[in-house]
Amino acid sequence: MSTKVQTPAPQPPAASQAKATSLSNEEILRYSRHLIMPEVGMDGQLKLKNAKVLLIGTGGLGAPLGLYLAAAGVGRLGLVDFDVVDFTNLQRQVTFGSGDVGKPKTAAAQARLSNLNPDIHIETFETKLTSDNALDLFKDFDIIVDGTDNFPTRYLVNDACILLGKPNVYGSIFRFEGQATVFGMPTGPCYRCLYPEPPPPGLVPSCAEGGVLGVLPGIVGSIQAMETIKLILGAGDSLAGRLLLFDALAMKFRELKLRKNPSCPMCGEHRTINKLIDYYEFCGVRGEEAPGPDVQVPEITPRELKTRLDRGDDLYILDVREPHEYQISNISGHLIPLGELPRRVHELDSSREIVAHCRSGKRSAEAVDFLRQAGFRKILNLKGGILAWSDEVDPTVAKY
Amino acid sequence: MSVKVIIPTPLRVFADKRESTEVAAKTVGEALGQLTNEFGDLRKHLFTEDGKLRSFVNVYVNDEDIRYLSKENTPTKDGDTVSIVPSIAGGIC
Repeated sequence: MSTKVQTPAPQPPAASQAKATSLSNEEILRYSRHLIMPEVGMDGQLKLKNAKVLLIGTGGLGAPLGLYLAAAGVGRLGLVDFDVVDFTNLQRQVTFGSGDVGKPKTAAAQARLSNLNPDIHIETFETKLTSDNALDLFKDFDIIVDGTDNFPTRYLVNDACILLGKPNVYGSIFRFEGQATVFGMPTGPCYRCLYPEPPPPGLVPSCAEGGVLGVLPGIVGSIQAMETIKLILGAGDSLAGRLLLFDALAMKFRELKLRKNPSCPMCGEHRTINKLIDYYEFCGVRGEEAPGPDVQVPEITPRELKTRLDRGDDLYILDVREPHEYQISNISGHLIPLGELPRRVHELDSSREIVAHCRSGKRSAEAVDFLRQAGFRKILNLKGGILAWSDEVDPTVAKY
Repeated sequence: MSVKVIIPTPLRVFADKRESTEVAAKTVGEALGQLTNEFGDLRKHLFTEDGKLRSFVNVYVNDEDIRYLSKENTPTKDGDTVSIVPSIAGGIC
Protein backbone atom coordinates (compact mmCIF):
# COMPACT_ATOMS: atom_id res chain seq x y z
CA MET A 1 0.00 0.00 0.00
CA SER A 2 1.31 3.47 -0.66
CA THR A 3 -0.04 6.72 0.60
CA LYS A 4 0.82 10.01 -1.00
CA VAL A 5 0.47 12.68 1.65
CA GLN A 6 1.41 16.27 2.13
CA THR A 7 0.49 16.16 5.81
CA PRO A 8 1.33 13.89 8.74
CA ALA A 9 1.05 10.12 8.30
CA PRO A 10 -2.39 8.55 8.47
CA GLN A 11 -2.89 5.78 11.01
CA PRO A 12 -2.19 2.38 9.46
CA PRO A 13 -5.07 -0.11 9.30
CA ALA A 14 -5.76 -1.73 12.65
CA ALA A 15 -4.74 -5.19 11.46
CA SER A 16 -1.16 -4.20 10.85
CA GLN A 17 -0.87 -2.52 14.23
CA ALA A 18 -1.41 -5.82 16.09
CA LYS A 19 1.86 -7.47 17.07
CA ALA A 20 2.77 -10.52 14.99
CA THR A 21 3.33 -13.59 17.13
CA SER A 22 4.17 -16.16 14.51
CA LEU A 23 5.74 -16.64 11.11
CA SER A 24 4.08 -18.40 8.21
CA ASN A 25 5.83 -21.35 6.60
CA GLU A 26 6.63 -19.11 3.67
CA GLU A 27 8.25 -16.52 5.94
CA ILE A 28 10.20 -19.28 7.70
CA LEU A 29 11.57 -20.37 4.35
CA ARG A 30 12.28 -16.80 3.19
CA TYR A 31 14.21 -15.96 6.36
CA SER A 32 15.75 -19.37 6.94
CA ARG A 33 19.28 -17.99 6.88
CA HIS A 34 18.34 -15.65 9.73
CA LEU A 35 16.47 -18.32 11.66
CA ILE A 36 19.32 -20.80 11.74
CA MET A 37 21.50 -18.25 13.52
CA PRO A 38 21.07 -18.31 17.30
CA GLU A 39 21.63 -14.54 17.35
CA VAL A 40 18.37 -14.14 15.40
CA GLY A 41 16.18 -17.23 15.62
CA MET A 42 12.37 -17.12 15.62
CA ASP A 43 12.35 -14.48 18.37
CA GLY A 44 14.64 -12.20 16.44
CA GLN A 45 12.75 -12.57 13.19
CA LEU A 46 9.52 -11.75 14.98
CA LYS A 47 11.17 -8.63 16.40
CA LEU A 48 12.06 -7.64 12.85
CA LYS A 49 8.53 -8.37 11.69
CA ASN A 50 7.10 -6.13 14.41
CA ALA A 51 9.62 -3.35 13.92
CA LYS A 52 8.64 0.00 12.42
CA VAL A 53 11.45 1.89 10.77
CA LEU A 54 11.21 5.27 9.05
CA LEU A 55 13.77 6.15 6.39
CA ILE A 56 14.30 9.85 5.88
CA GLY A 57 15.58 10.07 2.33
CA THR A 58 15.45 7.43 -0.38
CA GLY A 59 18.59 8.35 -2.28
CA GLY A 60 22.19 7.26 -2.00
CA LEU A 61 21.97 6.09 1.60
CA GLY A 62 18.27 5.24 1.40
CA ALA A 63 18.87 2.74 -1.42
CA PRO A 64 20.86 0.09 0.47
CA LEU A 65 18.87 0.91 3.60
CA GLY A 66 15.56 0.17 1.98
CA LEU A 67 16.84 -2.91 0.19
CA TYR A 68 18.46 -4.56 3.21
CA LEU A 69 15.74 -3.66 5.71
CA ALA A 70 13.09 -4.99 3.32
CA ALA A 71 15.14 -8.12 2.69
CA ALA A 72 15.56 -8.64 6.44
CA GLY A 73 11.80 -8.56 6.95
CA VAL A 74 11.34 -5.29 8.83
CA GLY A 75 7.56 -5.40 9.08
CA ARG A 76 6.84 -1.76 8.52
CA LEU A 77 9.01 0.58 6.48
CA GLY A 78 8.23 4.25 5.99
CA LEU A 79 9.91 6.15 3.17
CA VAL A 80 10.09 9.95 3.27
CA ASP A 81 11.29 11.83 0.20
CA PHE A 82 9.76 14.65 -1.85
CA ASP A 83 12.11 14.33 -4.80
CA VAL A 84 11.81 12.68 -8.22
CA VAL A 85 14.33 10.31 -9.74
CA ASP A 86 16.94 12.20 -11.77
CA PHE A 87 19.17 10.67 -14.43
CA THR A 88 22.26 11.64 -12.41
CA ASN A 89 20.93 9.64 -9.43
CA LEU A 90 21.42 6.31 -11.21
CA GLN A 91 25.16 6.40 -10.58
CA ARG A 92 24.47 5.49 -6.93
CA GLN A 93 20.78 5.21 -6.03
CA VAL A 94 20.50 1.55 -6.83
CA THR A 95 16.85 1.06 -5.95
CA PHE A 96 15.98 2.90 -9.16
CA GLY A 97 16.18 1.87 -12.79
CA SER A 98 16.44 3.87 -15.99
CA GLY A 99 12.68 3.60 -16.46
CA ASP A 100 12.11 5.39 -13.14
CA VAL A 101 13.59 8.72 -14.23
CA GLY A 102 11.02 11.41 -13.56
CA LYS A 103 8.99 9.32 -11.12
CA PRO A 104 8.64 10.23 -7.45
CA LYS A 105 11.41 8.48 -5.55
CA THR A 106 9.08 7.11 -2.88
CA ALA A 107 6.87 5.41 -5.48
CA ALA A 108 9.82 3.97 -7.39
CA ALA A 109 11.48 2.74 -4.18
CA GLN A 110 8.23 1.24 -2.94
CA ALA A 111 7.80 -0.71 -6.17
CA ARG A 112 11.32 -2.09 -5.97
CA LEU A 113 11.15 -2.98 -2.28
CA SER A 114 7.70 -4.58 -2.61
CA ASN A 115 9.05 -6.73 -5.38
CA LEU A 116 11.91 -7.82 -3.15
CA ASN A 117 9.62 -8.52 -0.21
CA PRO A 118 5.85 -8.40 -0.79
CA ASP A 119 5.15 -9.43 2.82
CA ILE A 120 6.17 -6.18 4.47
CA HIS A 121 4.09 -3.05 4.83
CA ILE A 122 5.63 -0.05 3.05
CA GLU A 123 4.29 3.45 3.54
CA THR A 124 5.41 6.34 1.41
CA PHE A 125 5.41 9.99 2.40
CA GLU A 126 6.07 12.06 -0.69
CA THR A 127 6.54 15.18 1.34
CA LYS A 128 9.21 17.48 2.59
CA LEU A 129 10.11 16.86 6.20
CA THR A 130 9.43 20.04 8.15
CA SER A 131 9.13 21.24 11.72
CA ASP A 132 5.36 21.09 11.22
CA ASN A 133 5.11 17.42 10.27
CA ALA A 134 8.17 15.71 11.73
CA LEU A 135 6.83 14.85 15.16
CA ASP A 136 3.60 13.41 13.75
CA LEU A 137 5.46 11.46 11.08
CA PHE A 138 7.97 10.01 13.53
CA LYS A 139 5.72 9.10 16.41
CA ASP A 140 4.40 5.84 14.99
CA PHE A 141 7.82 4.44 14.19
CA ASP A 142 10.39 2.83 16.50
CA ILE A 143 13.60 3.80 14.78
CA ILE A 144 14.40 6.71 12.49
CA VAL A 145 17.20 6.41 9.94
CA ASP A 146 18.75 9.62 8.67
CA GLY A 147 19.74 9.45 5.02
CA THR A 148 19.28 13.12 4.20
CA ASP A 149 21.67 15.44 2.40
CA ASN A 150 21.51 18.79 4.12
CA PHE A 151 22.26 20.26 7.52
CA PRO A 152 18.87 21.80 8.34
CA THR A 153 17.16 18.41 7.94
CA ARG A 154 19.81 16.62 9.95
CA TYR A 155 19.27 18.94 12.89
CA LEU A 156 15.50 18.60 12.45
CA VAL A 157 15.68 14.79 12.46
CA ASN A 158 17.93 14.87 15.50
CA ASP A 159 15.74 17.19 17.52
CA ALA A 160 12.51 15.35 16.64
CA CYS A 161 14.08 12.05 17.68
CA ILE A 162 15.30 13.44 20.99
CA LEU A 163 11.94 15.04 21.76
CA LEU A 164 10.19 11.73 21.02
CA GLY A 165 12.84 9.47 22.55
CA LYS A 166 13.57 7.57 19.33
CA PRO A 167 16.97 6.29 18.15
CA ASN A 168 18.40 8.06 15.12
CA VAL A 169 20.66 5.87 12.98
CA TYR A 170 22.93 8.43 11.37
CA GLY A 171 25.06 8.16 8.26
CA SER A 172 26.62 10.84 6.12
CA ILE A 173 28.97 10.92 3.18
CA PHE A 174 31.17 13.26 1.23
CA ARG A 175 33.09 12.23 -1.89
CA PHE A 176 34.84 9.13 -0.63
CA GLU A 177 34.51 9.59 3.14
CA GLY A 178 31.66 8.53 5.39
CA GLN A 179 30.51 8.79 8.98
CA ALA A 180 28.09 6.57 10.88
CA THR A 181 26.78 6.38 14.41
CA VAL A 182 23.60 5.98 16.41
CA PHE A 183 22.23 9.06 18.14
CA GLY A 184 19.30 9.34 20.49
CA MET A 185 19.90 6.38 22.77
CA PRO A 186 18.88 7.17 26.36
CA THR A 187 22.39 7.67 27.77
CA GLY A 188 24.05 8.45 24.47
CA PRO A 189 24.87 11.65 22.61
CA CYS A 190 22.79 13.41 19.99
CA TYR A 191 23.85 15.16 16.80
CA ARG A 192 24.10 18.48 18.62
CA CYS A 193 26.56 16.93 21.11
CA LEU A 194 28.83 16.22 18.17
CA TYR A 195 28.17 19.38 16.19
CA PRO A 196 26.50 22.14 18.22
CA GLU A 197 26.36 24.37 15.16
CA PRO A 198 26.23 23.80 11.43
CA PRO A 199 28.78 25.24 9.02
CA PRO A 200 27.67 28.47 7.38
CA PRO A 201 26.26 27.85 3.91
CA GLY A 202 28.84 27.73 1.18
CA LEU A 203 31.69 26.58 3.39
CA VAL A 204 31.20 22.86 2.72
CA PRO A 205 30.30 21.86 -0.86
CA SER A 206 27.25 19.72 -1.61
CA CYS A 207 27.51 16.44 -3.51
CA ALA A 208 26.56 18.19 -6.73
CA GLU A 209 29.65 20.32 -6.36
CA GLY A 210 31.92 17.87 -4.57
CA GLY A 211 30.86 14.67 -6.28
CA VAL A 212 30.61 11.29 -4.60
CA LEU A 213 31.89 7.80 -5.38
CA GLY A 214 28.63 5.99 -6.15
CA VAL A 215 29.39 2.94 -4.09
CA LEU A 216 30.22 5.00 -0.98
CA PRO A 217 26.62 5.52 0.16
CA GLY A 218 26.14 1.83 -0.62
CA ILE A 219 28.67 1.00 2.08
CA VAL A 220 27.61 3.61 4.63
CA GLY A 221 23.90 2.93 4.06
CA SER A 222 24.52 -0.77 4.54
CA ILE A 223 26.27 0.02 7.82
CA GLN A 224 23.19 2.00 8.84
CA ALA A 225 20.97 -0.95 7.89
CA MET A 226 23.17 -3.23 9.97
CA GLU A 227 22.96 -0.90 12.98
CA THR A 228 19.17 -0.68 12.61
CA ILE A 229 18.83 -4.46 12.56
CA LYS A 230 21.12 -4.80 15.59
CA LEU A 231 18.98 -2.30 17.50
CA ILE A 232 15.84 -4.24 16.64
CA LEU A 233 17.40 -7.57 17.62
CA GLY A 234 19.23 -6.19 20.65
CA ALA A 235 22.35 -7.89 19.29
CA GLY A 236 26.00 -6.92 19.23
CA ASP A 237 27.48 -3.55 20.17
CA SER A 238 25.72 -0.56 18.69
CA LEU A 239 27.64 2.39 17.29
CA ALA A 240 25.98 4.58 19.94
CA GLY A 241 28.77 6.57 21.59
CA ARG A 242 31.17 5.85 18.71
CA LEU A 243 31.72 7.75 15.50
CA LEU A 244 32.74 5.40 12.73
CA LEU A 245 34.83 7.15 10.09
CA PHE A 246 35.34 5.48 6.76
CA ASP A 247 37.92 6.51 4.15
CA ALA A 248 37.10 4.56 0.99
CA LEU A 249 40.24 5.47 -0.93
CA ALA A 250 42.53 4.35 1.90
CA MET A 251 40.02 1.58 2.74
CA LYS A 252 40.39 2.42 6.40
CA PHE A 253 37.87 2.46 9.18
CA ARG A 254 38.56 4.52 12.28
CA GLU A 255 36.57 5.02 15.40
CA LEU A 256 36.31 8.07 17.63
CA LYS A 257 34.61 8.29 21.01
CA LEU A 258 31.38 10.25 21.00
CA ARG A 259 30.40 11.63 24.35
CA LYS A 260 27.10 13.02 25.49
CA ASN A 261 27.62 16.71 26.12
CA PRO A 262 26.29 17.45 29.62
CA SER A 263 25.42 20.98 28.53
CA CYS A 264 23.81 19.98 25.23
CA PRO A 265 20.74 22.21 24.79
CA MET A 266 18.80 19.25 23.41
CA CYS A 267 19.77 16.10 25.33
CA GLY A 268 21.91 17.46 28.14
CA GLU A 269 21.10 17.86 31.80
CA HIS A 270 19.20 21.11 31.26
CA ARG A 271 17.28 21.02 28.01
CA THR A 272 16.66 24.47 26.62
CA ILE A 273 15.16 23.41 23.29
CA ASN A 274 11.69 22.01 23.84
CA LYS A 275 10.25 22.25 20.39
CA LEU A 276 11.28 22.11 16.79
CA ILE A 277 12.71 25.36 15.47
CA ASP A 278 13.25 27.00 12.11
CA TYR A 279 16.21 24.90 10.98
CA TYR A 280 16.86 26.89 7.82
CA GLU A 281 17.31 29.98 9.93
CA PHE A 282 19.51 28.02 12.33
CA CYS A 283 21.69 26.97 9.41
CA GLY A 284 21.69 30.42 7.87
CA VAL A 285 19.73 29.47 4.74
CA ARG A 286 16.46 31.22 5.51
CA GLY A 287 13.72 30.65 2.99
CA GLU A 288 15.68 28.33 0.70
CA GLU A 289 15.83 24.58 0.35
CA ALA A 290 19.45 24.57 -0.60
CA PRO A 291 22.04 27.30 -0.23
CA GLY A 292 21.63 29.73 -3.10
CA PRO A 293 24.42 31.99 -4.30
CA ASP A 294 25.96 33.55 -1.23
CA VAL A 295 26.83 36.79 -2.93
CA GLN A 296 24.94 39.17 -5.16
CA VAL A 297 27.08 40.13 -8.14
CA PRO A 298 26.46 41.67 -11.58
CA GLU A 299 25.26 39.00 -13.98
CA ILE A 300 24.89 38.26 -17.65
CA THR A 301 22.57 35.58 -19.01
CA PRO A 302 23.83 33.02 -21.54
CA ARG A 303 21.65 34.55 -24.28
CA GLU A 304 23.00 38.02 -23.56
CA LEU A 305 26.54 36.68 -23.65
CA LYS A 306 25.94 34.93 -26.95
CA THR A 307 24.50 38.11 -28.46
CA ARG A 308 27.50 40.13 -27.37
CA LEU A 309 30.01 37.56 -28.61
CA ASP A 310 28.26 37.35 -31.99
CA ARG A 311 28.42 41.12 -32.19
CA GLY A 312 32.18 40.95 -31.85
CA ASP A 313 32.45 42.42 -28.35
CA ASP A 314 35.86 41.91 -26.79
CA LEU A 315 34.99 39.71 -23.82
CA TYR A 316 37.39 37.61 -21.80
CA ILE A 317 35.76 34.36 -20.69
CA LEU A 318 37.12 33.19 -17.36
CA ASP A 319 36.35 29.58 -16.41
CA VAL A 320 36.82 29.00 -12.65
CA ARG A 321 36.13 25.25 -12.64
CA GLU A 322 38.62 22.45 -12.11
CA PRO A 323 40.75 20.98 -14.95
CA HIS A 324 38.84 17.69 -14.97
CA GLU A 325 35.58 19.62 -15.46
CA TYR A 326 37.10 21.53 -18.37
CA GLN A 327 37.75 18.18 -20.00
CA ILE A 328 34.09 17.18 -19.66
CA SER A 329 32.84 20.24 -21.50
CA ASN A 330 33.85 23.86 -21.90
CA ILE A 331 33.08 27.03 -23.83
CA SER A 332 36.74 27.77 -24.57
CA GLY A 333 37.14 29.92 -21.49
CA HIS A 334 40.47 30.69 -19.93
CA LEU A 335 40.79 28.26 -17.01
CA ILE A 336 41.81 29.48 -13.57
CA PRO A 337 40.29 27.25 -10.89
CA LEU A 338 38.58 29.24 -8.13
CA GLY A 339 41.03 28.06 -5.48
CA GLU A 340 43.96 29.35 -7.56
CA LEU A 341 42.44 32.73 -8.37
CA PRO A 342 44.06 34.66 -5.51
CA ARG A 343 47.50 33.48 -6.61
CA ARG A 344 46.88 33.97 -10.32
CA VAL A 345 44.89 37.18 -10.38
CA HIS A 346 47.83 38.93 -12.08
CA GLU A 347 47.06 36.86 -15.21
CA LEU A 348 43.86 38.87 -15.63
CA ASP A 349 43.70 42.25 -17.31
CA SER A 350 41.36 44.50 -15.37
CA SER A 351 40.97 46.82 -18.35
CA ARG A 352 39.17 44.08 -20.27
CA GLU A 353 35.59 43.08 -19.70
CA ILE A 354 35.58 39.66 -18.04
CA VAL A 355 32.75 37.15 -17.86
CA ALA A 356 33.33 34.47 -15.21
CA HIS A 357 31.58 31.12 -15.35
CA CYS A 358 31.54 27.77 -13.61
CA ARG A 359 29.14 24.86 -13.77
CA SER A 360 26.04 26.40 -12.25
CA GLY A 361 26.98 29.99 -11.45
CA LYS A 362 27.77 29.62 -7.76
CA ARG A 363 31.55 29.40 -7.77
CA SER A 364 31.82 32.04 -10.46
CA ALA A 365 29.71 34.37 -8.29
CA GLU A 366 32.37 33.98 -5.58
CA ALA A 367 35.06 34.66 -8.18
CA VAL A 368 33.33 37.84 -9.33
CA ASP A 369 32.91 38.96 -5.73
CA PHE A 370 36.60 38.31 -5.04
CA LEU A 371 37.71 40.17 -8.17
CA ARG A 372 35.47 43.14 -7.44
CA GLN A 373 37.02 43.39 -4.00
CA ALA A 374 40.40 43.23 -5.70
CA GLY A 375 39.42 46.29 -7.74
CA PHE A 376 38.09 44.77 -10.96
CA ARG A 377 35.22 46.86 -12.26
CA LYS A 378 34.35 45.22 -15.59
CA ILE A 379 33.39 41.76 -14.40
CA LEU A 380 30.16 39.79 -14.80
CA ASN A 381 28.94 36.41 -13.60
CA LEU A 382 27.42 34.05 -16.18
CA LYS A 383 24.04 33.30 -14.63
CA GLY A 384 23.38 29.56 -14.40
CA GLY A 385 26.87 28.69 -15.60
CA ILE A 386 27.69 26.21 -18.31
CA LEU A 387 24.51 24.28 -17.51
CA ALA A 388 22.39 27.27 -18.49
CA TRP A 389 24.60 27.86 -21.55
CA SER A 390 23.85 24.33 -22.66
CA ASP A 391 20.12 24.73 -22.03
CA GLU A 392 19.70 28.15 -23.62
CA VAL A 393 22.40 28.61 -26.22
CA ASP A 394 24.28 25.48 -27.27
CA PRO A 395 22.89 22.03 -26.41
CA THR A 396 25.98 20.37 -27.87
CA VAL A 397 27.82 21.49 -24.73
CA ALA A 398 27.54 18.50 -22.40
CA LYS A 399 25.81 18.97 -19.06
CA TYR A 400 27.09 17.06 -16.07
CA MET B 1 56.83 15.33 19.64
CA SER B 2 56.07 14.02 16.16
CA VAL B 3 52.34 14.04 15.68
CA LYS B 4 50.30 12.99 12.65
CA VAL B 5 47.48 15.34 11.71
CA ILE B 6 44.77 13.79 9.57
CA ILE B 7 43.15 16.19 7.11
CA PRO B 8 39.53 15.33 6.28
CA THR B 9 38.34 15.13 2.70
CA PRO B 10 36.43 18.43 2.57
CA LEU B 11 39.55 20.31 3.64
CA ARG B 12 42.13 18.51 1.49
CA VAL B 13 41.54 20.94 -1.36
CA PHE B 14 43.07 23.63 0.88
CA ALA B 15 46.03 21.44 1.84
CA ASP B 16 47.53 20.57 -1.53
CA LYS B 17 45.28 17.46 -1.57
CA ARG B 18 47.28 15.92 1.29
CA GLU B 19 45.44 13.47 3.53
CA SER B 20 47.77 13.93 6.48
CA THR B 21 50.89 15.68 7.61
CA GLU B 22 53.48 15.19 10.34
CA VAL B 23 54.14 18.07 12.68
CA ALA B 24 56.28 18.61 15.74
CA ALA B 25 53.95 19.70 18.53
CA LYS B 26 53.49 19.36 22.27
CA THR B 27 49.82 20.33 22.28
CA VAL B 28 46.85 20.17 19.95
CA GLY B 29 46.98 23.94 19.59
CA GLU B 30 50.59 23.75 18.43
CA ALA B 31 49.75 20.97 16.00
CA LEU B 32 46.95 22.96 14.43
CA GLY B 33 49.13 26.04 14.35
CA GLN B 34 51.83 24.11 12.48
CA LEU B 35 49.20 22.78 10.10
CA THR B 36 47.87 26.23 9.26
CA ASN B 37 51.41 27.55 8.91
CA GLU B 38 52.05 24.87 6.32
CA PHE B 39 48.67 25.34 4.61
CA GLY B 40 47.55 28.92 5.08
CA ASP B 41 44.25 28.46 3.24
CA LEU B 42 43.14 26.07 5.95
CA ARG B 43 43.15 28.72 8.61
CA LYS B 44 39.80 30.32 7.82
CA HIS B 45 38.12 26.95 7.54
CA LEU B 46 39.36 25.84 10.94
CA PHE B 47 39.38 29.06 12.90
CA THR B 48 37.15 32.09 13.25
CA GLU B 49 38.61 35.55 12.81
CA ASP B 50 39.40 35.78 16.51
CA GLY B 51 41.33 32.54 16.45
CA LYS B 52 38.72 30.20 17.95
CA LEU B 53 38.20 26.71 16.57
CA ARG B 54 35.05 26.67 14.46
CA SER B 55 32.13 24.95 16.14
CA PHE B 56 31.37 22.60 13.23
CA VAL B 57 34.90 21.23 13.34
CA ASN B 58 35.81 18.70 15.99
CA VAL B 59 39.34 17.74 16.87
CA TYR B 60 40.40 14.44 18.39
CA VAL B 61 43.65 13.24 19.87
CA ASN B 62 43.67 9.55 19.00
CA ASP B 63 40.03 8.71 19.72
CA GLU B 64 39.20 11.36 22.32
CA ASP B 65 37.41 14.63 21.61
CA ILE B 66 39.57 17.52 22.85
CA ARG B 67 36.50 19.28 24.20
CA TYR B 68 36.49 16.65 26.94
CA LEU B 69 40.24 16.84 27.49
CA SER B 70 42.00 20.19 27.69
CA LYS B 71 40.80 21.60 24.40
CA GLU B 72 43.68 23.18 22.50
CA ASN B 73 45.97 22.70 25.49
CA THR B 74 45.56 18.93 25.29
CA PRO B 75 49.09 17.54 25.31
CA THR B 76 50.27 15.41 22.42
CA LYS B 77 53.04 12.84 22.52
CA ASP B 78 55.13 11.04 19.90
CA GLY B 79 53.02 8.91 17.62
CA ASP B 80 49.71 10.53 18.55
CA THR B 81 47.18 11.19 15.82
CA VAL B 82 45.25 14.45 15.71
CA SER B 83 42.07 14.07 13.63
CA ILE B 84 40.04 16.94 12.29
CA VAL B 85 36.43 15.88 11.82
CA PRO B 86 34.14 18.45 10.18
CA SER B 87 30.42 17.91 9.83
CA ILE B 88 29.34 16.52 6.47
CA ALA B 89 25.78 16.16 5.31
CA GLY B 90 25.71 14.23 2.02
CA GLY B 91 23.26 11.37 1.88
CA ILE B 92 20.52 11.65 -0.67
CA CYS B 93 22.51 13.63 -3.19
